[in-house]
Amino acid sequence: MNVFIQLALSFSLLSILAVGGGTAVLPEMQSILAHQFGIDHTQFVHAYSIGQLSPGPNMLMVLIIGYRIAGLLGAGVVLLAFFLPSSILCFYAGHLWSRFGESPWRRTVQNALEPISIGLMASGVYAVGKASIFSPVTLVLALITLYLILRTKINPVLVILVAGLVGALFTYYS
Amino acid sequence: MESSNNSFVTLRDLFVQFFIVGAVSFGGGIIAYERILLVDKRKWLSPDEFMAYLTISQTMPGLNSVNLAVLAGDKLRGAVGAVAAVLGLILPGSVFVLVIGILYTSKSNHYLSNLILPGIAAAATGLLGAITYRIGDEHWRHVKSLFLIITTFILMSIAKLSLPLVLLVMAPIAIYLYRPSKKL
Repeated sequence: MNVFIQLALSFSLLSILAVGGGTAVLPEMQSILAHQFGIDHTQFVHAYSIGQLSPGPNMLMVLIIGYRIAGLLGAGVVLLAFFLPSSILCFYAGHLWSRFGESPWRRTVQNALEPISIGLMASGVYAVGKASIFSPVTLVLALITLYLILRTKINPVLVILVAGLVGALFTYYS
Repeated sequence: MESSNNSFVTLRDLFVQFFIVGAVSFGGGIIAYERILLVDKRKWLSPDEFMAYLTISQTMPGLNSVNLAVLAGDKLRGAVGAVAAVLGLILPGSVFVLVIGILYTSKSNHYLSNLILPGIAAAATGLLGAITYRIGDEHWRHVKSLFLIITTFILMSIAKLSLPLVLLVMAPIAIYLYRPSKKL
């Protein structure tokens, strides 16, 4: 199959399945990319990490993946496929909402989906962690970041950049 | 609804304002920036409307920040407004990510990026863990939620089922557990 069609199909599916936001599809994205497009876990985690440094919505890293697989056109296809389907769904949901308003079932669906998407996010942490935590130093850096983000108001980008430097120094001097 | 002020919003203004949000929101918290823009700065939405839109954004698939831009843009200027808002929101970050991504791809074997990226990836994992913990909020303390979180995690990460299958199994169980009570 043409790589662009394959990219468009894979990322449209991920878009529609992204219940509770992009991080919920991280593990599925990682396995699709590994099996169909030959992106290994380290490349995936690096793309994800670069995405965390950027401003704007947090899944723009799909552009790097698309670029890596099929150049600039691939990046464009992936961007459209990942953002368009869910946006169209949301657009029509907004119209339906203003027509029907509140229903007890809407509350039910939201309450039901929340813990599922949190479970999926936990799977995302696990998937990213398996590829990024491979030494005592990386483990400590991950835990310190976790602590700083939860306990202080420090900007995550700063923490990530400093962690990159600390990790580099450790690798360089050992 | 009359509390919000959306008599006339130009497409250009819509695009530029969301572009600013998309450009300054380093390190997450983009929903907060959108709220400042929509409710406080321009008063395009009332606080109530914002909460309603946020709820729809969270219930529907897709990124919450993007869905919110779709709904706000649509409310202000219809479908074209939705497109303008989303484009503004994702354009700055897209350019940023692509530039770094291209540099990374062309130099992926370079010593320096291999030196720095492991630390960055480890910290990004810690960040994702923190975000997950924070979004989980009350859910970590409720038995029903915790059961659904753990079961979803096991099906996805340990049993390694595909995502559509996980949703197909978990959604009916979750909806049954949270069904509206009879008195409603």
